[in-house]
Amino acid sequence: MNLVLSKTDPGRAVGNVFVKANGRLPGAGSVADIRARAFDAYKRVGLPHRRIEEWRYTDLRALMRHVLPLAPQPDAAALARARAAVAQAAVEKGAIEGAAKLVLVDGLFAPNLSDIAELGQSVNVRTLREVLDDPANEGRGDLLLTATTDAVISLNAAMVTDGVVITVTDGTELSRPIQIVHVATTSSASSFTRSHLRLGKGAQAAVVESFVAAEGARNHQANDAVIVSVGEAANLAHLHVLADGADATNISSGLFALGASAKLKLFSMICGGAVSRYQAFITLAGEGAELSVNGINLLRDKQHGDTTLVVNHAVPHCTSRANFRAAVDDRGHSVFQGRIIVRPDAQKTDGRMMTRALLLSDEAEADNKPELEIFADDVTCGHGAASGALDETLLFYLRARGLSGKEAQALLVQAFLGEAIEEIADGRLREFVIVLAERWLEARG
Amino acid sequence: MALLEVKDLQVRVEDREILHGLSLSVNPGEVHAIMGPNGSGKSTLSHVIAGKPGYEVTGGQILFRGEDLLEMAPDERAAKGVFLAFQYPVEIPGVATMNFLRTALNAQRKARGESEYSTPDFLKKVREVAKSLNIPQDMLKRGVNVGFSGGEKKRNEILQMALFEPSLCILDEMDSGLDIDALRIAADGVNALRSPERAMVVITHYQRLLNYIVPDYVHVMAKGRVVKSGDKHLALELEAAGYAPFEHAA
Repeated sequence: MNLVLSKTDPGRAVGNVFVKANGRLPGAGSVADIRARAFDAYKRVGLPHRRIEEWRYTDLRALMRHVLPLAPQPDAAALARARAAVAQAAVEKGAIEGAAKLVLVDGLFAPNLSDIAELGQSVNVRTLREVLDDPANEGRGDLLLTATTDAVISLNAAMVTDGVVITVTDGTELSRPIQIVHVATTSSASSFTRSHLRLGKGAQAAVVESFVAAEGARNHQANDAVIVSVGEAANLAHLHVLADGADATNISSGLFALGASAKLKLFSMICGGAVSRYQAFITLAGEGAELSVNGINLLRDKQHGDTTLVVNHAVPHCTSRANFRAAVDDRGHSVFQGRIIVRPDAQKTDGRMMTRALLLSDEAEADNKPELEIFADDVTCGHGAASGALDETLLFYLRARGLSGKEAQALLVQAFLGEAIEEIADGRLREFVIVLAERWLEARG
Repeated sequence: MALLEVKDLQVRVEDREILHGLSLSVNPGEVHAIMGPNGSGKSTLSHVIAGKPGYEVTGGQILFRGEDLLEMAPDERAAKGVFLAFQYPVEIPGVATMNFLRTALNAQRKARGESEYSTPDFLKKVREVAKSLNIPQDMLKRGVNVGFSGGEKKRNEILQMALFEPSLCILDEMDSGLDIDALRIAADGVNALRSPERAMVVITHYQRLLNYIVPDYVHVMAKGRVVKSGDKHLALELEAAGYAPFEHAA
């Protein structure tokens, strides 16, 4: 009995959170039923732990312990602090040139902080809340269902309070990047958000998602999901940045489906937060689809950053490239898990994955787990993983040319990260990442 | 005061003593050649002067303009005017040559309390020097030494030397891996930098290089010490007799 209790304890704790939150969750009737089922699915596992293979290196029972109560609905003061936090982040961490912002504060869309009007007619933006609350929309419950699921995605479906639902019409080429900004203003609270992005045939867009902690907001937990459909011959650049407050926990899931000849350039960056996990599940569902997924984890102190990638080649003639880099200092812990699955029909798949970690201190840790699951026989697939310290010979060369130890290290780390960062084709997004990486390097002691 | 004064230098690598009491004095404007067989400690000397980790100095001193060089970090030595042209210049993928040159030059200037170069002045200077060394512009855009031939790597070292304007240049086996044309270009680059204020220590196994860079003094090293010193004629003697008599003498 005791054993059973301890095993389900994290589930019970969040059980109360779910019950308490219930009055605040949008969508009645069938939506509520879907939430209840999602919550049951979550409860069967509770917070994922190291005995679940996919979470082996990121044991949320140890790292998070429990799910905090839902953040209260932001009042005027909270919204003002959120606005200040967004402005301050732009100064401290850089801003994406020309971006139209969609801001969610404590898990709720904040229209007065957002630039919807500037996006034009060819982009439709609604809030998840209004879609879920619209009884005339029979398919609204689908927004809480995903083909791929795990405990944290199920918990997200159960608890989600809001998000944005973006549709870019066929053939539209967005000139401005869209930036979804999540702001936490409350301490010791959680937020659950879910956004949908649908790119019509031949559409082109750049979409960024980032997280900010307002002044004084400590120990915040965010659970976010983004569900993306890239239509036939559409082209999406997507950047996911976790540069949260130093004590934040962030679990983000991205679920992507690519149509025929669609292109996705995905970049993940983790350079903040106490515990971060970005997990991307990408299905190449139309022939000729091309995926380029790259990322960097920059960790220090006792930060834990996990980038997990599942690339699912479902049809023939698709290409995927993945290149990940981690620079880990102090007692940081970086995790990269990458799996390429090639389904039986997916002949002529060309998939490659490379991950490299740079350990900048003796106590830094990096776990790399690349995997291939190939069920077709005519494919080209490969993966590699490496980790090590900075090359002493290169360091000496640079120091003999007058660079201090710190400058020499910074230059070599920059070069190491550059190979992943260079893959960001959109210059506005690339510049943003470069500035964040430079700030990280400058802050190294 | 001598520019460089090496006094009774003893150096160990792990448990093996490589230099057993080496002395050398170099004045501004002089070119010294250090010759010797493989394993005589020539490269160890150059590494210890530049501050490469992994060497333990167990005795003696190295003074640079009277200051204790061994107390300085490699970057401090560079800023003071010590330059080592590497026998094997390293490749640094992802660091563009131009960016590297500018970062290094400004780091040295900053350490000396001088103002940083403006971008136009810097570019002008690099282009001039690169042209004189037959270094094409596109090489400067590539990663440091990445995909460079042996000759190009050595010319890149001399380019740095010309740019940083050090007062002591140590050329470690500059001739290794170079054909005669590449050697001539590199040597012309070095000769152009000879000046009354600048000293050079040319480390080489072969006399050939000294036809192009004519030294004022030649020192023969064997088994970790200087066993004979003379003028440029000593190099010719060596060419005729080989190192064997000197190794015996050591």
